[in-house]
Amino acid sequence: MTPMVELKNITIRYHSTSGETKAVSDLSFSVKQGEFVCIVGPSGCGKSSILSMLAGLIKPSSGTFKIHSQTNIGYMLQKDYLLEWRNILSNACLGLEIQNKLTPENMKKVEKLLDLYGLGEFKNHMPSQLSGGMRQRVALIRTLAIQPDVLLLDEPFSALDYQTRLYVSDEIGTIIRKEKKTAILVSHDISEAISLSDRVFVLSHRPATLKSVHKINLSVEERTPMKAREAPEFKDYFNQIWKELDVHVS
Amino acid sequence: MSHNTSQQQLEYLKKVKKRKALVCSTQLFLLIAFFVLWEIAAQKNWIDPFLFSQPSRMLAAMGDMAKTGILWKHIGITLYETVVGFVLGTIFGTLIAILLWWNHFISDVTEPYLVVLNSLPKTALAPIIIVWLGNNMTSIIATALMTSIVVTIMTVLNGFLHIDSDKIKLIQTFGGTKKQVLTKIILPASVPTIISALKINVGLSFVGVIVGEFLVAQAGLGYLIVYGSQIFKLDWVMLSVILLAVMAAIMYQMIVFLEKKFLKWRS
Repeated sequence: MTPMVELKNITIRYHSTSGETKAVSDLSFSVKQGEFVCIVGPSGCGKSSILSMLAGLIKPSSGTFKIHSQTNIGYMLQKDYLLEWRNILSNACLGLEIQNKLTPENMKKVEKLLDLYGLGEFKNHMPSQLSGGMRQRVALIRTLAIQPDVLLLDEPFSALDYQTRLYVSDEIGTIIRKEKKTAILVSHDISEAISLSDRVFVLSHRPATLKSVHKINLSVEERTPMKAREAPEFKDYFNQIWKELDVHVS
Repeated sequence: MSHNTSQQQLEYLKKVKKRKALVCSTQLFLLIAFFVLWEIAAQKNWIDPFLFSQPSRMLAAMGDMAKTGILWKHIGITLYETVVGFVLGTIFGTLIAILLWWNHFISDVTEPYLVVLNSLPKTALAPIIIVWLGNNMTSIIATALMTSIVVTIMTVLNGFLHIDSDKIKLIQTFGGTKKQVLTKIILPASVPTIISALKINVGLSFVGVIVGEFLVAQAGLGYLIVYGSQIFKLDWVMLSVILLAVMAAIMYQMIVFLEKKFLKWRS
């Protein structure tokens, strides 16, 4: 099967008057269709740069990347960034509106998604009336509305408090699996990475290179992010990745 | 509010209400006391009513002028010039701010000039404008426009530049164009900034209009002030100043109303 996303020898450099920074160095990997992959690495190692590149916001300094033909990309940012002056339905339709795909059928689909994920009665509410978890769900629906084949998730739970974060990551992970999307999640939370993904890519300190790849096999009946945390193998993966991340606290 | 409000909560609400009533009544008292004291001082000749005027004479002057209709003409002209001035100032200021946001090269080049223009007292340009545009209403409106446009450009542009860059990234992740960033994020997010610019511009526009009317000296409350002071009709002068204060207050309140209407989502 041809990979959905493929990176070959990617290097990303940033330029400023105070000098040049190498964010990513000679990085190669590929992601299969329907796979949920998580990229972990120390903070500031250039994880987000990889997603920005895949979304076409920045160009690699060298190397090539390929995304399966005709693929629509959905990007989820660290915060929900719901627009305060639009109601929930109108926020969820933002992506469609920008891509000039706001047809009545598509709008109906968005309403269906809102209904499906418990936001039906809040369609006409303003974002400030919703809780953090609900807002993040709206942000996901806004991303799903454009019917992306690949989802790029840039620490989408990091702005939430711990309890909400567990709850929302479980919920959103389940939704993404149900919708059978290919997903690349960037995180610095090891347990979040293991609980959500099929494979975990560990990156080194900046400039980021691929340090190791872990295929996550968990012996649980129903693979939801919450259940995954109860698997006996969970802590072994955790310890291994923790060691590789090589965090120095000094 | 919950159904079983506690005694303490009721007492607290009562206290808040009482304090508000006290503040309002004191404000009203000060206003009335000011005019009453003015009137008494003039009647008892503590102050010279010829130089200081007095409320009863101002009222009489207002009555006379209202009868002939001349008062409404002056008020109407000043009001018209001011409104046109600050509306144009806000619109053109915002349009220029959009241009500067769109093109960083132009904004970098013009920055020092804008800073200098901003600190320059724009009323100093009024005589030049009158020479160029003539001794007429256009010059007055142009002066009002000049006083408000530069500060609008700077306030609105600053507002544009302080919008969370990740909101712009959000539009870009959907493949949005720069024009879409402008219409979907920058402009709607800047409505509060533009309204606060409008608030500043009401006051500035009045300054421009009054100075313009001083110089053009044909009509309006500014003309009435300058003419009244020349022929020692201080009743006219004082009356005009008070009318200006009332007009400024009403216009400010109208913008506050506009703000509440358009910014429901902010609460």
